[in-house]
Amino acid sequence: MTGTVEGFKRRTRRAITSQRQPTVTVLSCLLAAQDELGYLPDEAIEEIATYTGTTTNEVWGVASFYTNFRFTPPGEHAVEICWGPTCHLAGAPGILQSVLDLLGLSGEGETSDNRISLKYNTCLGACSQAPVASIDHQLVGRLSIETARGLVGKLKAPDATR
Amino acid sequence: MAAYQELRAQADQRWLGLISGDRPWIRVGTAMCGQAAGAVQVLAALRAELDKRGIDATIDEVGCLGICFAEPLVDIVKKRGSRLFFNNVTPEDVSRIIESYLVNDIVPDEGVIGYLGQNPVGDVPSLNKHPSMAKQERIALRNAGRIAPADIYQYIARGGYGGLNKALFEMQPADVIQEITDSGLRGRGGAAFPTGVKWSFLVRSPGPPKYILCNCEEGDPGAYNDKGILESDPHTLLEGILIAGYATGATNGFVFIRHGHDGPIDRTRHAIAQAYELGLLGQNILGSEFSFEIEVSLTGESYVAGEETALMDSIEGKRAMPRFRPPFPAAAGVWGKPSNINNVKTLAYAPEIILKGSQWFSSIGVNRSTGTAVLCLSGNIRYPGMYEVPMGITLGEVVNEIGGGVPGGKRLKLLQTGGPLGGVLGADSMGIHLDFEEMRDAGAILGSGGIIVADEDTCAVDLTRVLVAFCQYESCGKCFPCRLGMEQLLEIVERIAKCESEPGDLDLLRSVGETMEGTSLCGHGQLGFGPIRSALQHFEADFIAHIEEKRCPTGKCTGPMLSPKNTRPYAFDFVPAAPETTGERPRAEIRG
Repeated sequence: MTGTVEGFKRRTRRAITSQRQPTVTVLSCLLAAQDELGYLPDEAIEEIATYTGTTTNEVWGVASFYTNFRFTPPGEHAVEICWGPTCHLAGAPGILQSVLDLLGLSGEGETSDNRISLKYNTCLGACSQAPVASIDHQLVGRLSIETARGLVGKLKAPDATR
Repeated sequence: MAAYQELRAQADQRWLGLISGDRPWIRVGTAMCGQAAGAVQVLAALRAELDKRGIDATIDEVGCLGICFAEPLVDIVKKRGSRLFFNNVTPEDVSRIIESYLVNDIVPDEGVIGYLGQNPVGDVPSLNKHPSMAKQERIALRNAGRIAPADIYQYIARGGYGGLNKALFEMQPADVIQEITDSGLRGRGGAAFPTGVKWSFLVRSPGPPKYILCNCEEGDPGAYNDKGILESDPHTLLEGILIAGYATGATNGFVFIRHGHDGPIDRTRHAIAQAYELGLLGQNILGSEFSFEIEVSLTGESYVAGEETALMDSIEGKRAMPRFRPPFPAAAGVWGKPSNINNVKTLAYAPEIILKGSQWFSSIGVNRSTGTAVLCLSGNIRYPGMYEVPMGITLGEVVNEIGGGVPGGKRLKLLQTGGPLGGVLGADSMGIHLDFEEMRDAGAILGSGGIIVADEDTCAVDLTRVLVAFCQYESCGKCFPCRLGMEQLLEIVERIAKCESEPGDLDLLRSVGETMEGTSLCGHGQLGFGPIRSALQHFEADFIAHIEEKRCPTGKCTGPMLSPKNTRPYAFDFVPAAPETTGERPRAEIRG
C-alpha cells in the first residue's frame, strides 16, 4: 500500500533522493516530497528530518512558512484562482464568489466530497490575460464568471476526468 | 579555430537551414501568457493538422514576443520570407491558416496582425509599425518570441555567448566591471543600485566559493517580465551570470525561481544542461581558465523570499526571513560566503553591454537612468503585454501609445506601479518620465516594471485594500512592526472600505504606517505603507466618501472581501509533531 506509514516513508525517501539539482536542502526535500505525495504527512516530515540530519521541529518550521505546503490530502482536482490587483480589476471577486458558491465553500479548502481543492493565488504570472485561474496546473485566462463556472463545473461532475 | 567561433559557425549553419530550407518554420508562443490564452491547445491542433495533411514543417515553441494581447500568437516563415503573424489563434482557426497560407499560398484576410522581416508579405502591415511595437527598444527582450528557448544554437546564431567570449578572451575582469559601471546600468529589481559598483564589492571578498545569485522570485502581482525572460531566452540570463561571475571572481551561480512556475523552471534547467554540453558551463569555459557552475534553486510560495537576504536563507533551505545587515551579502551571503544578488533583467543586459560597449548602452535613456525598462502592462488597457522601452519616455506614451489607452471609451483613473509595495499615480501622471528618480519623487517606484492600469470604474479604496491584503498575507512575521502593523493597516482599510470607519482612522493609518517605515527590518514593512500613502495623496476624495458619506462611489466595495488569511506561525520554536496529530497543521507556541 502506498498510503501506509511505510509507503509514505518509502515514497518520500525516493523523491528526496532523486532530486535533480546538486544542492539539496530541507526546503528542496519538502518540495520534492509534496510533488510526490500531494501533501506532507507526518511521515514525510520525519523522513526529511532523518535524511537531512535535522529535527522534525526544524522541518515543520520551514514547511509551515511557505503557503504552498499543505498537511492534509488535497482534493482530486486543484483549482487556483488569482486575486492579485490586475485580476481583481478584471473581475476576480465575482469569479471567486461564483466558484465558492458553486463548490459550496466559504473560502480556501476542499469540497465536502474531497473532489476539488480551491486555493487563492496571489499571482499566477499571466497578468496580461487577467482574470486568470489554474485548473489542474493548467493556466486559463480571460475568464468570465460563466467560463469559470463551466470549467470548475466539469470537474465537479461525477464523470469528470483529468 | 577557437571554441566559440566553431560553435558560431555551426549555429549559423543551422539558422540558415531554418530560414531558407524548403520546410516552413512555424513558431508558437507558449510562455505563461500564451498558455493562459490557449496556446497549448493551438500547438496540439497545429501538429495534428500538419500530420493530417502530410506537411513537413519545423515547429518551435518560443517565449513571449511581448504582445500578449494577441496571444495565442503563431507565425510562419516560408523559404527566405518574412515572419507572418497570426493573432488570437484558436484551435479551430488552425486548419484555415494552414490551408490558406501553406497550401494555397494566400495570405488570409483576417486574423493576421503583421509581418517581421526584410520583405513585405502581401499588403500586410509591418508588425513594427503596430502601436505596441513602434516605440520599443529591445535589449533584454531582443530574442524573446524570436528564438526557441530550448535550442541553444538559435541563441548563438543571434550573437549569443559572444559577449562572454569577448569578456573571457579580450578583457580582464576589472575591464568588465569598468564597462558595466560606465554603462550606468542599475539594478532592475527595484532598488536601482549601480550594478558595476555592486559587482566590485564582490571582487574584494575572499573566495572560493563566491556566489552570483539571480533573483527570479518575482512574486509581484502585475509583473511577469523576469519569468518572461527565462521562458523566452534563458541563455541570455546564463550568459549574464557567467559575465558577472568572470568579472567578480565568483565560482557558482543560482537561479532562484518560485516552485510551480514550470515554464520558466523547465526552460532554465534545459538551457543549463545544454550549456554544460557545449562547454559553456563547467570547467574551462570555451577553453579559457574560467570555470563556473549554475543550478536552479526553487523556493516555496513566499513574497518576502525575493528580498535579498531572505532569498539567501531560502536557498539554504530555511524559512525565507530577512537577515539583519551588516554583514552585507558581499561579505557574508549564502552559507556565510560572499554573494551578489542581481535581478534577471539586470543580468540579461550584461551580454549586450559587453558586446556593444558601455557608450552604446548609456546613450539610451535619460539622466542617471540609462538603457531601457522592461515593463508589464496589465489591467484596463487595450494592449496588455511585456514591453521594453527606452528610459525617459513618458507614462503617457507607455499607456496611451504602446498600451493603446483605456478601452471601452472609459477614462483613465490611476496607475499602480512597482508592485504591491509601490504606489498609485493619478491620471495627471502622464507627463512623468520613466526615470528612477522622477518616479520615486512622484511617490511611485518603477520597481520591477509592473504597471497596472485602472479605469474610471475603479475605487481607489477597493484597490488599496487588495494591495494591503497582499502585503499582510505576505508579511514573513520576523519583525513585529511589519507583522502587527500590516494586520492593523488591513483592519483599518477594510473598515473604511466597508464604510464602517471610526473617527481618527486616517490618522491612525498614518501613525501605524510611519512607524512601520521607520522600524521594520526589510523593505516589505518599510514600504508597506506606500500604497496607502500614495492612494491618500491622489484619491483622498474616495476615502472621504467612504468615511464621511458612508458610501462607495463606484459600488465596488459592497461585495464580500475575499482574500486569504495569513496563517504563517510566527514563532521560532515549534512543538514537535506528535504522532497522533497526523494531518494537522503544526501548532506554534509563542514564547516571551
